Amino acid sequence: MDRREALKTMVTLPLLTAAGAGAGAGTPAAEDARFVVEARFYEKMPSRRVRCKLCPRECVIDDRERGYCGVRENRGGTYYSLVYARVCSAHVDPIEKKPLFHFVPGSLAFSIATAGCNVNCKMCQNWEISQARPEQLTSTFVPPQKLAGLAREAHAVSIAYTYNEPVIFCEYVLDAADAGRAAGVKSVVVSGGYIQDEPLKEMCRRVDAIKIDLKAYSQKFYREIVNGDLPSVLKTLAAIRKHGVWSEIVYLVIPTLNDSDDELKGLARWVKTELGPEVPLHFTRFHPDYLLKNLPPTPLPTLERAKAIADAEGLHYVYIGNVPGHPAENTYCPKCRRVVIERAGFTIAGSHLDRGKCQFCQQPIPGIWEGLLHL
Amino acid sequence: MLTERKSGTTRRGLLRACLAGALACPAPAQAKSRVVIARDADNAVDSARLLALLDRAVQAVFGADSPIEAWKKLARPGEVVGLKVNCLAGRGPASTSPTLVEAICERLQQAGIRAGDLVVWDRLDSDLESAGFRPSTRSGRIRTIGNDQAGYESDLATFGEAGSLLATTLTRTCDAIVNLPVLKDHGIAGVTMALKNFFGAVHNPNKYHSNSGDPYVADVYMLPPIRRKVRLHICDALAPQYEGGPSLMPHWSWPFHGLIASRDPVALDYTGWQIIERKRAEKGMPTLRAARREPAYIARAADAQHRLGTNDPGLIDKVEI
Repeated sequence: MDRREALKTMVTLPLLTAAGAGAGAGTPAAEDARFVVEARFYEKMPSRRVRCKLCPRECVIDDRERGYCGVRENRGGTYYSLVYARVCSAHVDPIEKKPLFHFVPGSLAFSIATAGCNVNCKMCQNWEISQARPEQLTSTFVPPQKLAGLAREAHAVSIAYTYNEPVIFCEYVLDAADAGRAAGVKSVVVSGGYIQDEPLKEMCRRVDAIKIDLKAYSQKFYREIVNGDLPSVLKTLAAIRKHGVWSEIVYLVIPTLNDSDDELKGLARWVKTELGPEVPLHFTRFHPDYLLKNLPPTPLPTLERAKAIADAEGLHYVYIGNVPGHPAENTYCPKCRRVVIERAGFTIAGSHLDRGKCQFCQQPIPGIWEGLLHL
Repeated sequence: MLTERKSGTTRRGLLRACLAGALACPAPAQAKSRVVIARDADNAVDSARLLALLDRAVQAVFGADSPIEAWKKLARPGEVVGLKVNCLAGRGPASTSPTLVEAICERLQQAGIRAGDLVVWDRLDSDLESAGFRPSTRSGRIRTIGNDQAGYESDLATFGEAGSLLATTLTRTCDAIVNLPVLKDHGIAGVTMALKNFFGAVHNPNKYHSNSGDPYVADVYMLPPIRRKVRLHICDALAPQYEGGPSLMPHWSWPFHGLIASRDPVALDYTGWQIIERKRAEKGMPTLRAARREPAYIARAADAQHRLGTNDPGLIDKVEI
């Protein structure tokens, strides 16, 4: 069995079918009307065309064609999502894996994905699902209430919409977040932030935290490596902040492509100026995959240089990721510099927070701490 | 002692003769790419007339005296021949004509290819069905199968900006491919014909429509199983569409009653593009460049990195019959 098959079967089936979420074994590739709902964000055009209004790409789609994401289809002039509740991957992850470090540390996130993505990052670690069309993957029908129930059964504090791009299954995210909230389960979104204002606003009304993968701080990178655009993502970050939803930023540092001092300095300055110094920024290590196999993993000194630059610019919470055991996995109080949350990989090794404040100097530490495990 | 001089050609003489010969004879002309435009004057192209049209087109491409001889140049008995149709637009002239496919299957069988070694394929069983083909994998019969049923490779094939999983019908089942696109306008890529039809061989065609398909169309075609296995292109131009494609828009199609055949996909696409442009001009429509969807991928396919054929009109031997 190859990696793709393993991902399709090992990840999906044990969690969902064993939990009784789906109809027997995972639904085969055939069309299934349960997964098809009319899209919420689009406009009709002459000659049975539609214009998608979900992401800044604004695909204009002919009858019987799909948008760039591959999961939305024009059928006779009406636009449909083909991935409503069409879960192809599910896992119970520590929230630190997202990573969200200031969101109920030590809690579990019931993490799900569908097929599809609205960009095509050459370094994608999950390209087997993100770049696939829904009918190419084995999926299970998990309606919103069922998803909320599964999360509760798994003792997960949150549902995480992750692995692929949640923007492209927006209708499901909105309904599942409502169902989760009614069941006492939070929702977190892991996204590239390539989304239009209106769907973002709807999402922000319902979810509790959003982690944005900021792929680079250069338009050239976004154009050549991502097939997206930087200004749209920066706009999203600012809008999330304005809507008052907790957010963290991950920046995957790729040797030679987005790791120059100037770019990192520009990034840190923008974050501090536009979002504030308290927004956590994670510099994570790149591993070669998909269409970027010609570059080595990020050297540790590069990550440490990135952190030093962001620290020097005045950001309070700068982390290093994908380097288990590194001291920069910990959260430090910006005032007394003591460790307030100690991490070992995805595990919480110690907590010195008291109702959101540093136990040593009472400095407030921003985040959502309700339910934090005290060790 | 006299040294006897060797008789016959000396080294210097040989060089001199070679140089003289080279100068005397013109350099061999760069081979032209033949594109055959076969048209029927009749307004109703029935199956018999379509078969005759096909015969004229294929004979002209191969310079053969008979249709069977032409098809024998394309494939040998024992080889599995795939017919890559284009079915996305459903039933009607914006999809490959099932009657044309029947005619090709008939001739290939007469050329010694077993029915069980013929495979009609496209992306989805449902697309094939909606265009009038009946999906079937019965042994010993002509197979008709969508990639969704046959599956895709699990390893990425890459070239340039393309990174895709290829349909196993292309990679494993077929030895040779006859490409059967449709001549039509495309709302994003400008036009869609021979080169772009192989978006139906990859798992992620939706990723390749940015920038009017440039360079993606050319890059996808460079993936080795495509480049290596395609032996002939026969473009269905019975009722092409000059606007509103790739969906079927009958009010923007016109009766051309033609087939365009070539072994050079770039030359075919260039020729088809010009036909579409002429029709657009006749109808008072802007050029595809003015409409901001000029098919730049055709020139890309001809460039030094791709060399998939020629888009130079001076190197296209256009034969109208």
